[in-house]
Amino acid sequence: MEKESIIEAHDLTVSYDKKPVLWDVDFKLPAGLLTGVIGPNGAGKSTLLKTLMGILKPDSGYVKLFGNKLDEVRKKVSYVPQRESVDWDFPASALDVVLMGLYAQKGLFKRINKADREWAMYCLEQLGMQDYKNRQISQLSGGQQQRVFLARSLAQNASLYLMDEPFAGVDATTEKSIIDLLQKMKNDGKSIVVVHHDLQSVNEYFDWLLMVNTRLVASGPTSEVFTQELLEETYGGKLSILSQMAHILKNLEIGRKEHEKI
Amino acid sequence: MDFLDLNFVWISLSALLIAIPCSLVGVFLVLRKMAMLGDAISHAVLPGIVIAYYFSDSYQSIPMLLGAASVGLLCTYLIETFNKVGRLQEDASIGVTYTWLFALGVVMISFMNDNVDLDQDCVLYGEIAYVPLDTLSIFGALIPRAVVNGSFLTTLIALLLIVGFKGFKLTTFDPVYATAIGISITFWHYLLMGMVSTVTILSFESIGAILVLAFLVIPPAIAYLLTNRLMSMIYLSMVFSLVAVILGYILAYKINSSISGAIASILALEFLVVFIGLQIFKILRRRATKVSYSN
Ligand SMILES: Nc1ncnc2c1ncn2[C@@H]1O[C@H](COP(=O)(O)OP(=O)(O)OP(=O)(O)O)[C@@H](O)[C@H]1O
Ligand SMILES: [Mg+2]
Repeated sequence: MEKESIIEAHDLTVSYDKKPVLWDVDFKLPAGLLTGVIGPNGAGKSTLLKTLMGILKPDSGYVKLFGNKLDEVRKKVSYVPQRESVDWDFPASALDVVLMGLYAQKGLFKRINKADREWAMYCLEQLGMQDYKNRQISQLSGGQQQRVFLARSLAQNASLYLMDEPFAGVDATTEKSIIDLLQKMKNDGKSIVVVHHDLQSVNEYFDWLLMVNTRLVASGPTSEVFTQELLEETYGGKLSILSQMAHILKNLEIGRKEHEKI
Repeated sequence: MDFLDLNFVWISLSALLIAIPCSLVGVFLVLRKMAMLGDAISHAVLPGIVIAYYFSDSYQSIPMLLGAASVGLLCTYLIETFNKVGRLQEDASIGVTYTWLFALGVVMISFMNDNVDLDQDCVLYGEIAYVPLDTLSIFGALIPRAVVNGSFLTTLIALLLIVGFKGFKLTTFDPVYATAIGISITFWHYLLMGMVSTVTILSFESIGAILVLAFLVIPPAIAYLLTNRLMSMIYLSMVFSLVAVILGYILAYKINSSISGAIASILALEFLVVFIGLQIFKILRRRATKVSYSN
């Protein structure tokens, strides 16, 4: 029997002002994986995540999460928006923002108690941000703001996480610690979908890939779909990326061969 | 007559009971970058006020409240529709919507002028000096109607804000995330706009639309400059309102001018002092660090 699918997208078409940005996207995502979403700028990656989260309504098609309608399982799904989507001058501390992650489970009208605060602190610690808990969010660096967003998502204690470019503006060390955290969450049985731009690390990070360029170019295990041919189809004729790709794939091949030798 | 008499108490209390709810909703208006929407609503409720007044023959009654609140919400709705459906820029949508609603109200007033005691001056500037004359008897004590209404307004707005605090905070900071966890940003948006309309309607008679707007925007703007904590922003804007009411009354008394105008001027002065003070502080601090480097 096939593994339970955590996300099902059926013939999704999404448009802004009648201009379609996602066309007939159809896939099933197995549970318990770390999935990458890749594609060029403007490919519709953010749009796809927003549609899965019910933030945008598709023109046609529908989404099922955990085999259910979104509204029935919303509490189990957590979304990390692109960092630029909010005004960081808002008067709030890092801890305030993380506490917002609890609203999904507790609702808006229950009091935040000591246990909630401790849980939020724990989530900040997971991202190495405990020393910044009282810092006003505009006084954090871009990478630190990104980590606060991740901590908020963590605080929601969901089963499925949809993250829009969590590595944007994050330094290499932080990226490493975040990916370790995501791996750990995966091992705890969570499913994670990450919009990602750095093709160098795709093979290392993700079990599954969604390759998007308005249409869904491919959905499958990274080892099967991360190929020159499908990348060309995803990124079109963009020369710089393709030559970069050739380089990456060559390195991969050398790596594999050396691995076989050993 | 000393200015510290009963008139002073009643007038400044009634102004304060408007200033506080204004600051409370104003903080979120400013944080949502919707100060101009507050401006629009405070003008656009005029036709609602006129119609309600025509039917109920009193400024402050339930039909009045509902009439004006629904025009306020209609104004919000039209602005959103022009902006989202018509793709007109937000500021243009606001300009288009409230000017004609306000103009409509003004025309309606001039048609009714013969039999209705409602005029443009009153709408714009209010008549706070007459507050102590219009009293209600409550448990045998004569209390100005404006103070009674203001207490009601302050309680209502404070309660809504305390109960809905997390909703307002989250939908202001991150509406996309709010939608993602199933919170209706439309509901919170219209609730806030409904509150702005209510504040405007219940306040305009005594202090006028201009001072309402000043109370909505200036104290939160001053507080925003001074703090980066939401709660202190709320407290600070109430403090600045309080100071402006008291100093404004004293100023009006000393120079024998309009009370509303004096309070609005003090608010503007407060803003200027804080703004310039902060700039000077920044320059001094920069100089101090430079000196410590060169040593
Ligand atoms: N609110 C909007 N109104 C109109 N068009 C939009 C809107 N948001 C996105 N688009 C368009 O839809 C297309 C897809 O946008 P989307 O943000 O999903 O791309 P993306 O793959 O996330 O790109 P990036 O890598 O730059 O984040 C783009 O062509 C964009 O111009
Ligand atoms: Mg994007």
